[in-house]
Parts: sequence; structure tokens; C-alpha cells
Amino acid sequence: MTISIDSQGSDTNSLQPKGWLRYLSFSLDHKVIGIQYLVCGFLFYLIGGTLASAIRIELASPMSDFMPRDVYNQVLTLHGTIMIFLWIVPVVNGAFGNYLIPFYVGARDMAFPRLNAVAFWLIPPSGLMLVASYFIEGAAQAGWTAYPPLSITTPQSGQIIWIMSVLLLGGSSIFGGINFIATIIKLRRPGLKLMQLPMYCWAMLGTSLLVVLSTPVLAGTLILLSFDIVAHTGFFNPVLGGNVVVYQHLFWFYSHPAVYIMVLPAFGLVSEILPVHSRKPLFGYTTMVFSIMGIVVLGLVVWAHHMFTSGTPPWMRLFFTIATAFIAVPTGIKFFNWVATLWGGKISINSAMLFSCGFIVNFVFGGITGVALAQVPFDIHVHDTYFVVAHFHYIVYGGTVFIIFSSIYHWFPKVTGKLMSEKLGILHFAITFIGFNLCFAPQHWLGLNGMPRRVAEYDPQFQFVNQISSIGALLMAISTIPFLVNIFLSIKNGKDSGDNPWNALTPEWLTSSPPPVENWEGEAPLVKEPYGYGKPITQEN
Amino acid sequence: MISKNLYLILIISAVFAISFWIGFNVNLLPAEASINAPIYDELFKILFIIGLIIFIGMTIAVIYSLFKFRKRKDQLGDGIALEGNLSLEIIWTVIPSIIVLIIGLYSYNIYDRMGGMKELNHSHEMMATNTEKIWAGISQASNSEFVSNNLSVEVSAMQFAFLFNYPKGEFISGELHVPVDQKVSMKMESKDVIHAFWVPEFRIKQDIIPGQPTILNFTPTKVGKYPIICAELCGPYHGGMRASIIVEEESDYKDWFNKNTKTEVSL
Repeated sequence: MTISIDSQGSDTNSLQPKGWLRYLSFSLDHKVIGIQYLVCGFLFYLIGGTLASAIRIELASPMSDFMPRDVYNQVLTLHGTIMIFLWIVPVVNGAFGNYLIPFYVGARDMAFPRLNAVAFWLIPPSGLMLVASYFIEGAAQAGWTAYPPLSITTPQSGQIIWIMSVLLLGGSSIFGGINFIATIIKLRRPGLKLMQLPMYCWAMLGTSLLVVLSTPVLAGTLILLSFDIVAHTGFFNPVLGGNVVVYQHLFWFYSHPAVYIMVLPAFGLVSEILPVHSRKPLFGYTTMVFSIMGIVVLGLVVWAHHMFTSGTPPWMRLFFTIATAFIAVPTGIKFFNWVATLWGGKISINSAMLFSCGFIVNFVFGGITGVALAQVPFDIHVHDTYFVVAHFHYIVYGGTVFIIFSSIYHWFPKVTGKLMSEKLGILHFAITFIGFNLCFAPQHWLGLNGMPRRVAEYDPQFQFVNQISSIGALLMAISTIPFLVNIFLSIKNGKDSGDNPWNALTPEWLTSSPPPVENWEGEAPLVKEPYGYGKPITQEN
Repeated sequence: MISKNLYLILIISAVFAISFWIGFNVNLLPAEASINAPIYDELFKILFIIGLIIFIGMTIAVIYSLFKFRKRKDQLGDGIALEGNLSLEIIWTVIPSIIVLIIGLYSYNIYDRMGGMKELNHSHEMMATNTEKIWAGISQASNSEFVSNNLSVEVSAMQFAFLFNYPKGEFISGELHVPVDQKVSMKMESKDVIHAFWVPEFRIKQDIIPGQPTILNFTPTKVGKYPIICAELCGPYHGGMRASIIVEEESDYKDWFNKNTKTEVSL
């Protein structure tokens, strides 16, 4: 057997199925894998969203009357796990990372195409396994955090399947992370310097470092937890002398960086979208790079702010308060830079732009409540309440999911060669933005006034506000309809977009849309100024 | 140019004025019923106002840019080729750093006033030794030294109830009765999974952990009945895991205590 690196692309791809069937194949093409991640993630988003709707139906009335209480706990556990591990992480990393990174570094594919395909194909079976656990003996019901001893004492099969599924998804994430680091560092086109890369590369480099450093800790922790469940070891089981707080430290050592694994790629994507649609260079490239790396470093040393009400000694509470609050500084720099990017531009108000601006507004709100939550005395009152639920939905939905939609509107012409309907897109944005804020803004008040999270029943005095929140959730569910209609109509009858409908300067637009298998017909272009808008040289191009 | 700066100053002043007005006039918190509560609310108000200024300011900047710099019809070409501005970037690195540092120091001060940085001890008369390892918790607010009396309660949490053991009276109650304006010291332990003791009106919360006792001290300041809420997912009936804390006048509390106590009956 001979392995020829040069012929890898063309030879293997000639054996691949053509047309839409290639999306169901073990394709090695990074563009196909990117779309596989995106579509697979979106299908799980629909499942997770259905579960969210079930939660909001249950909470429309104070009594636990829509579903049995243990099923409710399974629903909230699956909702959290699916949205994090099967929708947001695979899509902002796997989908856009795979599609864009090889273009951005001027490569014809990722560094390890087979590992790349393996990383994707771990996701559908582990996701289906997780969903199927509901039909076996009931899914896991200890929340996505799976704190022992609850996770040890609840029915075992669901919890074990949950652990296996998360382990596989974590493995997929690590494979992806290694691949991104190798591609960005080693596969850059000759002559392309690191500080000339589009910002999404830096975001993915930072994210992948976090993935590689922290995900193995989660894997080890969950393996120990599974030993406690099936082999009756006593790592975390207090009855056998285990320590439940140690689990929380280990869990959050991954799961706080996981927040940055979900938002840093979104920071990268919005840095690509804003300059194109406001026809201006990205403001403050160097400070953007340093703030990403600052977030990576700080993100690794803030985990115990999730444990201010657990067993945390006072000095530790203080250290983690300061460290957490300081993440606001590099994050703040990025937001000021984005607003400065808009300032003085010639802004096209389209769906991609509106979702990106919605992201800025929502994320600033979530960031402010985040700085408040970092303060120990503040957190002690609202920890584990709906205030926290509202806060992190502002970050992961109002932030990252808004950027996922923005990116879909922005790169749809790249992938299909067709334009999406702006009317339906703006309708989608309007319903999503109103529904999202209606759903989650009132939850801050609920948390401050005494409604804990993860409950199926609550005081009747909270009914009215909960119903407002449920109406917001209904709007969010409805908002997927114009989106899906738009996608299908545009694929079928969309107007021809041409190769570069936005006149963008980043390298993925400097080839045909959709791109050829080898990304460029000839040599990859050397793009030294991906954000050179308004400059005479780049305007000639 | 002068009028432009004037507009900017006017807008910034308006943002500050609106934020302060909302901060001082919109109350998002429940009643204040412990010594900790007004201290907490002071921190909340400050964070709320700073947050409003930043949020309203950023939102106005985004909406203004979208409106002012929108691409007009038949307008071709790009915006200005502005790639950065070092002094601006330094400003919005340094100012947020200072704000964050001040907030951090201020919240440390708040936490200290709540008693968070104090050595933990459970002033329990019947505790045989003091060598027992106390895991964590919240000590007493420091501006309450005048409180001389000290009520000790042992809390056990289990799926899905709280039990309150009054060691002085040798009885166990499902309701927590405490006299107003007296320090209450609770040692809490869980019999099964992790629970949490939360009284929103007191602004205090502490996890109750199996295998490791935790401490929670507080001083109620307002007579009334408040909910005790379990805030850590503990199983199917987590949402129903509630108890009540009844803060009453000293005499009412004594009546209740004497009615329940076993020591007196046995005498």
C-alpha cells in the first residue's frame, strides 16, 4: 500500500459518492464534513428545542402537571446535554471550523482528513444513543452537571449511557481540536504569517487549546463516576468515603472552559461577518488576538465560581471572584472593537448583520450579569436560580446561537451558490430576537425573587412571569419556521449569488461558490490583508 | 465640532441619569428580612447601575451605528480604512480593568461585612469537641456584634425535607422557628444527596453536603414567615422540597419552644 499525500484529495474523492449522497458518506472533504456537522447539529437543535418547549409548557402552570416529575428531570438533563454537546460545540467548532479553516490558511483540506471524518461520525451514534436512553429505562436525570451522589443514586442505565455518550462526544471534540491546531500551525500557505490570518483562525486556535487541555479532565472524571456507579468504588460516593466536592472541581475544570469553547468561535465568526457587511477593516486586530489568548488563559483558572455555595474556603472564593471578573476586560475589548468596526462603515442591514448586532446586544447583557455573578456575595443569593438560567442563555443562545444563524445567512451563498431571502431572514431575526428576550429577560426577576432552577413546580406568585417566559419560548419555536422555509426555498429557487455576493476579501470568497473539491482551481491566493476594506490596493482586486 | 461633543456629553449624561433613576427606583428584590439583606441590596444597586450604564450605552452605540452608517442606495465603495486606534484601545482596556478591580474590592468589602471572611465556628453548647472538621459556610455579619443571644440549630436535609433539631430543647421540628434580631447558627448535614438551604428574603444560601457538615449563620430582622427553598437538584420532588422559617417576637418564640421542648416535660 502506498500513501501519496499529493494524490490524497483527488484519488479518494473520485471514489466518493456525488451529489447529496456524499453528505451521508465517510467523506474526507472538509467542506462536506463541515456541512455534515451543521446539519447534524441542527437536527439535534430541533430535538433539544422540543425538549425546551416541553419544559416551558410544564412551567406555564405552577403545578407539576404536564409530565411526571422524573421525566421532567430527564427532559432538562437531555435538553442541556444535547444543546451543549450536540448542537453548539459541534456547530461553532466542527461545522464552521471545518468549512472555513482550510480556506483561511490556504490549504486544500484539514491536516488529518480521516481523523476529521472519524470525529464527525462519532457524533450521530452517540447522540442517538443519548436520546435512545430515554426509551430504555429512562434517560439520565441528574442534570447535565451529573453531580454525585444524585447521579449515583438515580437509575443507572440512563446515567451510564449519558456518560458513554458524553465521553464519545468529548473524544470527537479532542480529535477536532488537535486537527484545528495542526492545520492552523502547520498547513498555512507559504508566505502567510500568523498575524495575517482571519480572526476566526485565532479564535479556533484558542478554543482548540482549551479543548485539548480541559476535555481530558472531564473524560477522566466521568470514567471515575462510572466506576462509582457500576463497580461501587468510592471516588465521589460519600457513603464510601468519597468527596462530592472534588467531582465539582474536576467537572467545572472542563465545563467552565466549555463556555469559552462555545463562545470564542462565535467571537471569531462575528469578526469575519462585521467587516464584510460594514465595509470596514476589523478594528484592533492585534488587541483582538491578545484578548482571545487572554480569555483562554483566564478561562482555565475561574472554574470554582460555579461552586461559591459548595464547600469553598473563603480565600478560594476571593481568588475566583477576581479572576472571573477580569475575563470581562478582554471580552469587553472585543465588544468595543466590534462597535468601532461598525462606526464609520457603510453598513448593509441584512439578516447576517442583524443577527450579529443582536448578538452584541444580548451578549453584553449576559456579560454584565456574568460580572455580577462572579461576585461571591451576589452569587450566594442567586446561585442555582433562574437568574443563572437567564444569564447563561443570554450567553449561549443570545450570543452563540445568534452568531450561528448570522453565519448561516453569511456563508449560505458560499456553500450553495444561491442567495437566501432577506425578507424571510429579517422576519426570522425579528421573531427570534423578541421571543428570546421575552423568554429569558423575565427569568432574572424570577431568580432574584425566589425561583430555583430545575424545578417542575413553583410558587403561584411566579405564574404570570413564567407565562410571559413561555410565550417567548413559543415565539422562539415559531421562529424556526421562516428559517427552515427560507433554507429550503433558497436551495430550490434561490437567486444565483455569483462567486462573491458580499465583495468580501477573506480567502474563502476568492474561489467559485460553491467551491471546487480542491478549494481553488489553481494556487491558493495569498491573502495578507483579509480585512483591507477601504484601501486603494484591495479595492482594485 | 463643538456641537458634536456637546451632543455626546448630553447623551452620556442622559444614559447616566436614566441608569441612576432606574437603579434607585426599580426594585427587583424581595423583602429584606436579615442583617445580610440590606448589605446585599447595596451591592446589587451599584452593580445594577453600572450594568445599566454599560448596557444602555452599548445598545445606543449599536443602534446609532446601524442607522447613521447604513449604506444608502447607489452608494458604492467601502467605509474608511480605519484599522485601529491604539489610544482608544488602551482606554477601553484600562477603564474596564479599573472598574472591575473596584467592583472586586467593593464586593470583597461587602462579603467581609456579611461575615464571609470570618473564621468558621459553630457555637454549639452541646458539641463535645471542637475538632470536628467544618467544611465551609457563611459566618455571621460583622455589624451584629451586639447580638448576644445565640440560637443553635442542627439541620438535616434529605429527599425531600428539612428537619430542624433544637439541641437545647431536645426536639425536632419541620418548621424553623427563630426569634427576631438574634443570631442563629446552623450546622447542616445531608443524609443522602446534595441539597441547599436558601431563604431569598435573607439573601443567603449554602449547600448541604453529605459527609461534610456546613455552617450557616444569620440574624433575622423582620417578623414573618419566609420560605426555605432547596436550591440544588436533588431528585424528582426537588421543586417541592420546601420548609418555612418563622421569625417571631422573643415571647412568641419562647411559647413555641416551651410547647415543644422535651426537657421541660421530663422535669
